[in-house]
Amino acid sequence: MNYKLEKLKTCRYLYWGTFLFLGFLVLIGLASSAYMEHEGHYVTGMNNQIVWGLPHIFAVTLIVIASGVLNIASMSSAFNKKLYKPLAPLSALFAIAFLIAGLIILVLDLGRPDRLIVAMTTYNFKSIFAWNIFLYSGFFVILSIYIWTMLDFNVSRFSPTVGKLAFGWRIILTTGTGSIFGFLVAREAYSTAVLAPLFIIMSLLYGTAVFYILLRIISKMQNITIPTEITVNIRKLIIIFLLANIYFLILYHITNLYISKQIAIEKFILLDGGGYTTMFWLGQVGLGLLIPLIYELSNKESRNFPLILTSIMIIVGGFFAVAVIIIGGQAFPLNIFPDHTIIESTFFDNGIHGYTPSIYEYGLGIGGTSLALIIILVLITNLKFIPSKK
Amino acid sequence: MIDRRKFLVKSATALAITFVVPSLISNKVYAKKPLAEKVTNKQSWGIHIDTSKCVDGCTACVDACNEENGLTGFGRPATDSQWIRKVKVKSNTTEKITTMPLMCQHCENPPCCDVCPTGASFKRVDGIVMVNQHTCIGCRYCMMACPFKARSFVHETLTQQNTNAPRGKGCVESCNLCVNRIDHGSETTACEDACNNAGHSAITFGDLNDLKSKISSVMKSNNPRRLRNDLSLNQKVFYSNI
Repeated sequence: MNYKLEKLKTCRYLYWGTFLFLGFLVLIGLASSAYMEHEGHYVTGMNNQIVWGLPHIFAVTLIVIASGVLNIASMSSAFNKKLYKPLAPLSALFAIAFLIAGLIILVLDLGRPDRLIVAMTTYNFKSIFAWNIFLYSGFFVILSIYIWTMLDFNVSRFSPTVGKLAFGWRIILTTGTGSIFGFLVAREAYSTAVLAPLFIIMSLLYGTAVFYILLRIISKMQNITIPTEITVNIRKLIIIFLLANIYFLILYHITNLYISKQIAIEKFILLDGGGYTTMFWLGQVGLGLLIPLIYELSNKESRNFPLILTSIMIIVGGFFAVAVIIIGGQAFPLNIFPDHTIIESTFFDNGIHGYTPSIYEYGLGIGGTSLALIIILVLITNLKFIPSKK
Repeated sequence: MIDRRKFLVKSATALAITFVVPSLISNKVYAKKPLAEKVTNKQSWGIHIDTSKCVDGCTACVDACNEENGLTGFGRPATDSQWIRKVKVKSNTTEKITTMPLMCQHCENPPCCDVCPTGASFKRVDGIVMVNQHTCIGCRYCMMACPFKARSFVHETLTQQNTNAPRGKGCVESCNLCVNRIDHGSETTACEDACNNAGHSAITFGDLNDLKSKISSVMKSNNPRRLRNDLSLNQKVFYSNI
């Protein structure tokens, strides 16, 4: 396909309107974070029982998406699918934007964000978190070089190699993100290596869905049509990823159900966990996996509208999936005394832990997500990322 | 010219001011061991808890810990720090009810130290697991990793802290076996003292490497066990009669 890359050519009012709206949300995010840091985390819904809350759901979802949106570029570079080549720069740009947003949320939720320099200079190499700091910063560097090789003709011969490196790196990166939970032996909901491939497949699914939505928005703003071939192929990919996600989710729960000591947490998530059970069945499984799959399979024609609706459902369901993993895993009380029931504790050891996110956590999460979008908006307006026919 | 009598009086006064008065002002000076002395693995500090002696409703150990470390709550139990807490459990098989204090178990293989990205959570060679308040970034990963929920995150601005237990908003903290007292030569923790003073003597602190220590003899006669032994963390806190 003969194509050239262009800047975003949308009307000034639409650009500035979007920019100011997203900028306002980013400011709300910053203000929320400043308030939380100034007052202390007691103003959030998090506490000594639920130590990771809504900001972590946003951050992990965004980092998972960051890895996943690179799919399109990887299809072009690692699997040599020429069809996706024009979209590869956009795909890498989305990846870098979502990565920055996810990391900013994580950092701004730290108890001591002012000590970021400590985190960047003092490492405990046994910590999967420390590995992730390298994986994230490495991904950022590789993506920056990848975008450079795709946009600058002088270095374009290196593009396939850097693309393959980025593909390999992102698989390791998502393995690292899944392992943040998978390496925790203390909590029944985690402590399984299945979480690593589950996170990889989640990233492939959510990332592709996010890519498609953003592509549709940009094509609308730029007034270009997405070739049907692209939509058809993305739809096929989404169906494959949905099936793979369902497979790994079943594998994860079957694994837990087979291990006697894990049955209690499974019963909690699958049957009697109240809001967490609802989020699992309606959000993660229903909205995020089954409905989109049935919807796509029953819509044989690859029209644009069903796919965008499917993508939105997948992302909302994905958000619930991460919420069930992060909050559900902490809400279930620790099994400190096997063969015993804790009947009294001043530290809430004897019951399900509740969590209601505060408005500041929503502010930080939404602000961070808006940051990803504003980075994309500014860069596609000022650099040539959008493909069009020659 | 100063006569001998005046010289002796002045010398005695100077000595009193230097050595006696400080100990009267602060009851937290334990000058048996110089601070500069390096911590070695000759000692392995641990705690034994005889739950048969722990009294339901007694919070002497918790109160003493709070006072020793300046843990003043803000009336928000979900976010207030608790380094030690009382729990009451019922056996699922015998229905026997046991009450006991629960704190950092000072694991030999501490998951909190494994996961800490900056190494702020660390284990000293004498077995004490603690948090470096200067390098903790407040990520709370250690709290996710601890199987005993032994750690607290400082959720609020702190004022009037105890100088012997520096704490910081936005950092994680937990029982450090009264490390300040130990490093000054004390051989008891605040919780042990309080339990003894309350007349229960359920808590015994000491050097597990010293076979003649009180904790070693108590351990020999009590058939102690570790919580969550299946995790192979080799904690230094032992429980008997659960």
